[in-house]
Amino acid sequence: MVMTEDEIFSCFAEILEQVGGVAVGTVTYEADITDDLEISSLSLVEIIVAAEDKFAVEIPDEALKELRTVGDFVSYAQRVLCSAAT
Amino acid sequence: MTGLGAVTPLGDDAPSTWAGLLAGKSGVRALDESWADDLPVRIAAPVTTDLAALIPFSQMRRMDRSEQLALIAARQAWQDAGAPQVESHRLGVSVATTGLGGLGVALDAHDILRTRGWRRLSPFTVPMFMPNGAAAWIGIELGARAGIHTAASACASSAEAIGYGMHMIRSGRADVVVAGGAEAALFPLNIAMFAVMRALSCRNDDPERASRPFDKARDGFVLGEGAGAVVLESAEHAVRRGANVLAVAAGVGYASDAHDVAQAAPDGAGCAMAIQQALADANIAPEHIVHINAHATSTLVGDSAEAKAISRAIGDAVSGIIVSATKSMTGHLVGGAGAIESVAAICALRDSVAPPTINLDDPDDEVVAAGINIAAEPRELRSQLRSAVALSNSSGFGGHNVTLAFMAA
Repeated sequence: MVMTEDEIFSCFAEILEQVGGVAVGTVTYEADITDDLEISSLSLVEIIVAAEDKFAVEIPDEALKELRTVGDFVSYAQRVLCSAAT
Repeated sequence: MTGLGAVTPLGDDAPSTWAGLLAGKSGVRALDESWADDLPVRIAAPVTTDLAALIPFSQMRRMDRSEQLALIAARQAWQDAGAPQVESHRLGVSVATTGLGGLGVALDAHDILRTRGWRRLSPFTVPMFMPNGAAAWIGIELGARAGIHTAASACASSAEAIGYGMHMIRSGRADVVVAGGAEAALFPLNIAMFAVMRALSCRNDDPERASRPFDKARDGFVLGEGAGAVVLESAEHAVRRGANVLAVAAGVGYASDAHDVAQAAPDGAGCAMAIQQALADANIAPEHIVHINAHATSTLVGDSAEAKAISRAIGDAVSGIIVSATKSMTGHLVGGAGAIESVAAICALRDSVAPPTINLDDPDDEVVAAGINIAAEPRELRSQLRSAVALSNSSGFGGHNVTLAFMAA
């Protein structure tokens, strides 16, 4: 069963907290991962790897360029998961 | 010196480490972990502090254990110094690790590369194993812009780091420097590398009695892990802010054996020169020395060489000096040794008591012949002596010798 958008968001917020040290309360759909959550470039790589493991998806570097906000990531993960399910 | 920090096999901080030393406690234990089963050496001196309670998980996962220990010790020293107000461009860091700890990171990374591919490596792999990683993390946390430095001289690394920190202040580059070192390398390859050199004690059936510097029955050192840190401050800066001065970093001496890549020169000439250089740098006579924290790792050649060196460098004044070999209790903390032993030397001066050298049941004949006065029990120092000085000796593979001279405040 494909994860809902809210479920993906919750999991991603948890990753941001555990890997990125971001307080869960500061994670919103609109939050810019780099500018608002102050995630460094190395930290972002860690977070993406953790997300790939968690959601069993692959996020190529080219796709990363388009993922600025938490919402961007959630939407991308949901699209990939839906494609995999169909 | 206005702040002290330590995380060692004896305690979570400098006060508990010092209390453990005075109590003659041993931090050496048997390695019950299954990875040690096939090793010829199954004893070590690990840190038992719960690091996860002190560093957030998200930060811990990016740091090698030696870096974590160094950061905790530095934070302690900083707080002990009262978190001095200092402009960032006047604050420096000089902290060493030998890089042995990073070897574990490299091994894990190699396994990940083989089994899961390059994309699954932590992007912090390089910062985790680079020897300057500990210094870097400390400098970042404190906002140190006067310079972040790392010494690499094996088991003399953190002593050299403290010496370099002193130079930073003397040269006017900084008003405050956090200095010290750390090591955390208790894993199979590291133990095996030292074991194949026959450098480690194989007293697996009696761990707490294995580290026995200066004793006839010594058979090598015991690997340990830990970190030590000090806050160095210019006298002017310390006085201006009303700092509590624990000791004065009076002098540092360096010399090299140029003898063998791993073994100390048996005549101790290099160590003797380092001691003499430190005394000259501090402009003090041997008669002012009340205590020496010896490098004394519990090796056959090294301990005898150092005993000769002390006698040679100090002459008749050696009778008034109490020597302690604290590695008998902490084990050999490699990159952290010089820093932790500096902390111990400063505490000894402050409290006018030398810690014991445990397991000294039957002193080596060459040590006895050298005429040095080793404390088997805690011994009172000649604290009433004006300008009392304590020395801390450190030597390292490659023939490095560093002596630090601390003067009572």
